[in-house]
Amino acid sequence: MADVAVHADHSADHQAHQGSTGLSNNKLAMWLFLGSECLLFGGLISTYMLYRGRVKDGPHPHQIYDIPFTSVSSFVLLMSSLTMVLAVTAAQRHDDRRTNLWLTVTAVLGATFVGGQIYEFTAFYREGLGFTTSLFSSSFYTLTGFHGVHVSVGIIMLLVTVGVIKKNRVVGNKAESVELVGLYWHFVDIVWIVIFTLVYLIPS
Amino acid sequence: MAIIERPETTPAVPGGPSVPATVTPASSLGALKRPVTTTGWKSWLFTVDHKKIGIIYGVIGMFFLVVGGVEALLIRLQLASAEGKVLNASVYNQMFTMHGTTMVFLFSMPMANAFANYFLPLQLGARDVAFPRMNALAVWLTLTGGIILNLAWFLGGAADGGWFMYAPNSGPIFSPSNGVDFWVIGLQIAGIGSLIGSINLIVTVLNMRAPGLSLMKMPVFSWMMLVVQFLLVFSLPVITVALTLLMFQRGFGATFFDVAQGADPLLWQHLFWIFGHPEVYILVLPAFGIISEVLPTFSRKPLFGYPFVVFSGAAIGLVGFGVWAHHMFASGLGPVSVAVFSIATMAIAIPTGVKIFNWTLTMWGGKIWFATPMKFAIGLVVLFTFGGLSGVTHSVAPSDTQQTDTYYIVAHFHYVLFGGMVFGLFSGLYYWWPKVFGKRLNERLGSWNFWLMFIGMNMTFGPMHILGLQGQPRRMYQWTENRAGEGFFDLGFWNMIASVGSFVLAIGILFFFINMVWTTKKEPKSSLDPWDARTLEWITSNPPKEHNFDRIPTVSHLDEFFHRKYQEDHATESMTPIKTAEEILAEEEANADAHIHLPSPSYWPLVLAVGIGVLGLGVIYGVPTMIIGGSIVLVAIFGWVLEPSVAEDFDYEGTSHDDGPSKELTTHG
Repeated sequence: MADVAVHADHSADHQAHQGSTGLSNNKLAMWLFLGSECLLFGGLISTYMLYRGRVKDGPHPHQIYDIPFTSVSSFVLLMSSLTMVLAVTAAQRHDDRRTNLWLTVTAVLGATFVGGQIYEFTAFYREGLGFTTSLFSSSFYTLTGFHGVHVSVGIIMLLVTVGVIKKNRVVGNKAESVELVGLYWHFVDIVWIVIFTLVYLIPS
Repeated sequence: MAIIERPETTPAVPGGPSVPATVTPASSLGALKRPVTTTGWKSWLFTVDHKKIGIIYGVIGMFFLVVGGVEALLIRLQLASAEGKVLNASVYNQMFTMHGTTMVFLFSMPMANAFANYFLPLQLGARDVAFPRMNALAVWLTLTGGIILNLAWFLGGAADGGWFMYAPNSGPIFSPSNGVDFWVIGLQIAGIGSLIGSINLIVTVLNMRAPGLSLMKMPVFSWMMLVVQFLLVFSLPVITVALTLLMFQRGFGATFFDVAQGADPLLWQHLFWIFGHPEVYILVLPAFGIISEVLPTFSRKPLFGYPFVVFSGAAIGLVGFGVWAHHMFASGLGPVSVAVFSIATMAIAIPTGVKIFNWTLTMWGGKIWFATPMKFAIGLVVLFTFGGLSGVTHSVAPSDTQQTDTYYIVAHFHYVLFGGMVFGLFSGLYYWWPKVFGKRLNERLGSWNFWLMFIGMNMTFGPMHILGLQGQPRRMYQWTENRAGEGFFDLGFWNMIASVGSFVLAIGILFFFINMVWTTKKEPKSSLDPWDARTLEWITSNPPKEHNFDRIPTVSHLDEFFHRKYQEDHATESMTPIKTAEEILAEEEANADAHIHLPSPSYWPLVLAVGIGVLGLGVIYGVPTMIIGGSIVLVAIFGWVLEPSVAEDFDYEGTSHDDGPSKELTTHG
């Protein structure tokens, strides 16, 4: 009988999750976290904007940026938002197979972007742009590195979600868990649009 | 949220008191047993109960009040006479840095969190916060940060750049010890804790209010805490950036604040104060919330102009993000910036003034009961007004350039923070003590506590106005006789008064601790509603049950509890008592909910906090430490994610499932 009570309560509890705002607790918390992240990247982007022209020695931004290459990797990252949307809709249809497929594709696209960033960093380093070379280099690596870490954390979240769905050990609402990962992933993409524009496209 | 349906054995005698089943934890996740005890030290370490977490925050806060207080006394001993010999210059630098850091981050913020954690769910009619395990993580991260900050004392010297750690003073050249590294890591970790805590509390307030409790029926304390959490969510990431830049500079040779490379040290000042000014309101708004509960209760009147108090609090929070550069008037920002920030700073005095008027008018014509909570609340109104006025003199930029980095600044912010915040916190401690511990703190000792603190505070910080206007710089480790001046402006005299005052103040605070012990040992149990209070938390028992409310209350009024106790007669404008607190509680107990949902305790918040601490130390002590910390963090995160928020049935042994679900929550252990 206790079991019955527990199940009955699960459904009641689930409704209670849709709180006074109409959002679930988890989603509201994720939105707040992303709001906070905006300020984090705001601070890092401001630092970069202040320092991008300050090169005492070492290469200047326009000497080393490979715009076509970064455009391609940016495109790959933006496409991963599309596959993420497909994963979320599949999860809402309770289609585990497609959810896992699209989550994996998203992770692969994300990994491609991170791979591109590692290649780019290596190339820049060979051209003489170390982390400590100039104010420009310190702030460039910090900003894009922070973003790269965010993408990497996202990839881990995607892969863990796939694993947890496969083992059927999702705690709570499955579709919502996927959606939360999706919110984070889209945020990381949007931040990249800002970074790509301000860092690479607008000449200093 | 979680569900606990703890089975209970059938009563031995039908109709007799039911005996809780003895439950012992069985294995969870194969390796670790899920902690399910509700008493003993384990129940504190692994708790996710917002009330226990609130008390842990309080203990952390009071401990660091003593630490920061001793640091303050040493500073005052050093400055009591000319050419003080108590501390050398280097230790003095560490002392004032750690005094500021400790009081801001390790005393005030945890104390505000103690009240927020304990009373927000109670005022909102909720059984816990939105994310109980994250709540536990937040408190343990705060403690981890505090420990790391203070570890530096024993590992080569504490941070010595002042609590705002201006660049390039904080760089490896001017601050070669590891102190600043510990400072950066400690604050970073405490900051993560605060961020998690604030997200949790915002979700709690926005999503978990009892039926009928609209935002504009919410007690002012809840409102102010909500504003504070928003300030935290949007200001903490900025200091995170600043600390990260500093960490990369000190640890990995980045050039962010290296002037030789063409860096701009003002970058640090901007980033720090974009966080730092909202931080000031993060510190003081909780106290405003507390006295907005205390003043109406002890004046026997509703709060005058509730919406004004709420919206001016929100306005203070909003404008608080646009005034940071008034900390930097002396740095040569240029006339436009100075004018803009000067005017914004003057503007923020308006909502603050509105609050002062509202509090005064709340007392006006009320039947004032001068109990200790009320004394502290009135003390706040008086002292904060004083500090606010000297604050307005800072907003006038030409005057501020004279005052920058003098003791006048020290006087100002101690009036607003000590007179404002600390008095508010003590008011809250006296007001809510019976709710938390079931006993009223002794009034006589409370009176000593208040008057010694009030006199000591004015003796200590009052003369600093004179010292500052005479040009005594802050952070100067010695002063000399030949610079002391004469007559009324004799710096020696006023420094001595301030030092004596600081000991009076310390004795005042000592009386609080004496009172705490005395009350625990000698005082009788308090009545259910000792102050004739107004808000929802007083509907619960003293101290509240583990599940807070037997029945989730339905709210129809601002000051709901008061309206349940008294009937308002509009014709004669009088109130007649209709129910006592005891009757209301009995009614709630009689109509208790059949199923009560509570989250189960968990190991993972504590494990994760320890892991993050070790990971942080790895930044200082190298990659092996980092790998150990990282592994703990990884294990903890996976354990956390895969753990159901409710203990599984197999965590409880020796239970039978054929009894009906019980009405009471069983306690065991």
